[in-house]
Amino acid sequence: MSAVNEVRDSYDVAVVGAGPAGLTAATACAAAGLATVLFDEQPAPGGQIYRAITQTPVQRASILGNDYWYGARLVRDFQASRAQYVPGATVWSLSREREIGVSTGGAARLTQAKRVIIATGALERPFPIPGWTLPGVMTAGAGQILLKSGAMVPQGRTLLAGCGPLLWLLAWQYLNAGVKIDAILDTTARASRSAAWPHAPAFLFSPYFRKGLRLMLSVRRRTKVIAGVTGLRAEGNSRLQQVAYRTADGAEIRLPADTLLLHQGVVPNVNLAMSVGIEHRWDDDQLCWVPVVDGYGGTSVDGVAIAGDGAGIAGAWAAEERGKLAALAAIRALKPDTRQDILPDEANIRLALAKVERGRLFLDRYYQPAASFRIPRGDTIVCRCEEVTAQQIIDTVALGCTGPNQMKSFLRCGMGPCQGRLCGLTVTELMAQTRGVPPAEIGHYRLRPPVKPITLGELAALPKDEAAIKAVVRG
Amino acid sequence: MFQRLPDAGDLAVAITIDGKPVKARAGDTVAAALFAAGIDHCRTTPVSGTPRAPYCMMGVCFECLVTIDGVGNRQACLVPVQEGMSVETQRGKREIGR
Repeated sequence: MSAVNEVRDSYDVAVVGAGPAGLTAATACAAAGLATVLFDEQPAPGGQIYRAITQTPVQRASILGNDYWYGARLVRDFQASRAQYVPGATVWSLSREREIGVSTGGAARLTQAKRVIIATGALERPFPIPGWTLPGVMTAGAGQILLKSGAMVPQGRTLLAGCGPLLWLLAWQYLNAGVKIDAILDTTARASRSAAWPHAPAFLFSPYFRKGLRLMLSVRRRTKVIAGVTGLRAEGNSRLQQVAYRTADGAEIRLPADTLLLHQGVVPNVNLAMSVGIEHRWDDDQLCWVPVVDGYGGTSVDGVAIAGDGAGIAGAWAAEERGKLAALAAIRALKPDTRQDILPDEANIRLALAKVERGRLFLDRYYQPAASFRIPRGDTIVCRCEEVTAQQIIDTVALGCTGPNQMKSFLRCGMGPCQGRLCGLTVTELMAQTRGVPPAEIGHYRLRPPVKPITLGELAALPKDEAAIKAVVRG
Repeated sequence: MFQRLPDAGDLAVAITIDGKPVKARAGDTVAAALFAAGIDHCRTTPVSGTPRAPYCMMGVCFECLVTIDGVGNRQACLVPVQEGMSVETQRGKREIGR
């Protein structure tokens, strides 16, 4: 019954993640005749941007918009390819020798790949405000996933808060679906807007410019937008009851709320890449860790490439092209005699990539969240799993902790089940600010496999040879 | 609090949440089914016992941990519902053997 038995001992290429980058990478590798597998943690292909594209119950195409439905083509091409698809598969380890540990259906397998393409995409930047752990508070991305995969929308008083394209896209989709949004609390920082203007001319030629503008105008026409929000708190007794916000003119205002959807941009999902020891750098524009990659997504670890937003945020269209480039490098390395007409056309890819990446710096700067929303104070929770507050982390710096790895042994911060995914960036920036040094000097948690919790039962299901059994069985 | 659009279609999959029968849509994740059933929170934390609900819905935050068919700490947002599935919300630390 279990799909785990279909995982083979070895592949030419293993792709992790089935968003636009993973789909195009796997499709291209398979087209060149490479034995290709795609491991997808989700139950169906599409990643988060094209989430549930093959099975969404949302029938009215106008709700989600054309840019969503576009993804169906990528999935169709992938499904028509010879690549093996393993859904519901969590990759929990990857070694420098490209041995992959993967679990599906409660059992684990190890498999070996000649090339690995990590396409694990992005996750939403932490938004550590007071009360962000209350039921009723979730990310805008989570709201969008419920809409795409289950045709579910918030009921009752609904607030969206934060900044960035996804917040506006979700508002637009909700309004299309007839959802009433009580207000959008726009936290876009004035300083970020000014810093972005020098890059505005380049952005005018970005395909995102007209789309974005039209979308924002459409949302503004249909719902209340409160601009210049500088302070935000979720309040309630065991669940969200109200949201308190503050604008530049000072007075705190409270709005009753049943659902608060938070968003302040997306950042690369670095856990798997960091655990294999791939070199990362701190990006001062995107305010996050970004892997150091060459023009084909190649990393500091031989044979392991990263494609898509996991290699630095550039959006779905760029991810699609970056997936093809990673595939191109894999095909050239493993099958150098591949006919030219089967290879992805590099000149075209580079052209398309340049087009969609034009003016990216404008978006990065414009939607750079204010420090007050990235670096919390006092008893605001930073680590949701272990319930560690900002002040506790600041106190460990006073005790002499210089970085996250020393700090976590005091507080267990980052050692819960999410393994630092929801606190890592906050901790780095908070410690950097407290110590008065750049984030690059603070570093990130040392990440080790398994990068997702697995049970002993899953490990025990690994196939064992005679020698391994003899090594532990007495007599 | 979430509701389904008319698009959602048939709710054909029968599961139980804390023993209570609930209908879910084929293709729902357990986390989506919890929201649709109006469940306020899916667990209380091991540290302070405060209630939590699914937060990211994409497998990264681990707030949606529940017991599914007797196996504890499963990520509800990654597990599709199946006919007859038993979902239990979690209180505090995991119990030994679950």
